[in-house]
Amino acid sequence: MNATTTAVVAEQFDDIQQQHSAAKLGMWIFLATEVMFFGGLFLAYTVYRFTYGHVFALASRHLDDVFGGANTAVLLFSSLLMALAVRAAELGRRKQLVRLLLATALFGILFMTIKGFEYRKDFVEHLVPRFDFRWDGSDAANAELFFWIYFALTGLHAIHVTVGIALILVLAALASAGKFSQNFMPVEITGLYWHFVDIIWVFLFPLLYLAGHR
Amino acid sequence: MTTSSPKLYWKTFIALMALLAITWSVGYIDLGPFNLVFALAIAMAKAVLIMLFFMHIRGGSKLLHFVAVAGVLWLLILLSLVLGDYVTR
Repeated sequence: MNATTTAVVAEQFDDIQQQHSAAKLGMWIFLATEVMFFGGLFLAYTVYRFTYGHVFALASRHLDDVFGGANTAVLLFSSLLMALAVRAAELGRRKQLVRLLLATALFGILFMTIKGFEYRKDFVEHLVPRFDFRWDGSDAANAELFFWIYFALTGLHAIHVTVGIALILVLAALASAGKFSQNFMPVEITGLYWHFVDIIWVFLFPLLYLAGHR
Repeated sequence: MTTSSPKLYWKTFIALMALLAITWSVGYIDLGPFNLVFALAIAMAKAVLIMLFFMHIRGGSKLLHFVAVAGVLWLLILLSLVLGDYVTR
């Protein structure tokens, strides 16, 4: 038996429906733990913004919102492509699935590229904590704190995007080999992860770039 | 069918882009503390749209709804208890 003709229902499940539900439930529980994983950093952000709101607003204005906003649009569009990819997988449209997965990964790579240029700009403008960090105004220590949190949150998010791109590229390779003709769940599950990473960024953009109006 | 029509996905995407445009432009207006309230409200609206339509919470099982709500609820417990301490010092 090869992979495409094997019965897709594992023996612990009654039917394919139950197997799908279990897979989705497992992923949602994982995502709930991911919320808590990011939650610690969001808590640090909340407490320090509450305590040092003024300098946080000033520090936030040093970030380039064109990078942040453009990257929000890029990720939202990649989420649309991913949703369409899951649909193509469910309908068994192999070629369309491969194309959409590659396009999703491409926009993920575009996000990382923009983020890279932004990090470079942050470095040139002396906004990286511990690396020749410079602050003109008062309360430099707490301004530096804002950038610690900025790099921790966006860095952790960037790691998630990188993992997502890798997963999607693996899916694209498997899809072109025809592995999802009977079970599209891996595509749906990876899609859930990709949309979750998108949601994290949806919160990071206003919290980091738009704290304190411009 | 788990998935929806492409039309619905495109509509969701357009709504998300509109919300991005709103939150970005309001970032240039000084509303005092309401900047944060507004930004969070829009971010939550975007998250709900993504969860409902892209992540298929709409049409998902009750158990799935429960887990999704629990994830958010636990974060709110974390934030509100700690902030409750800081606000009342």
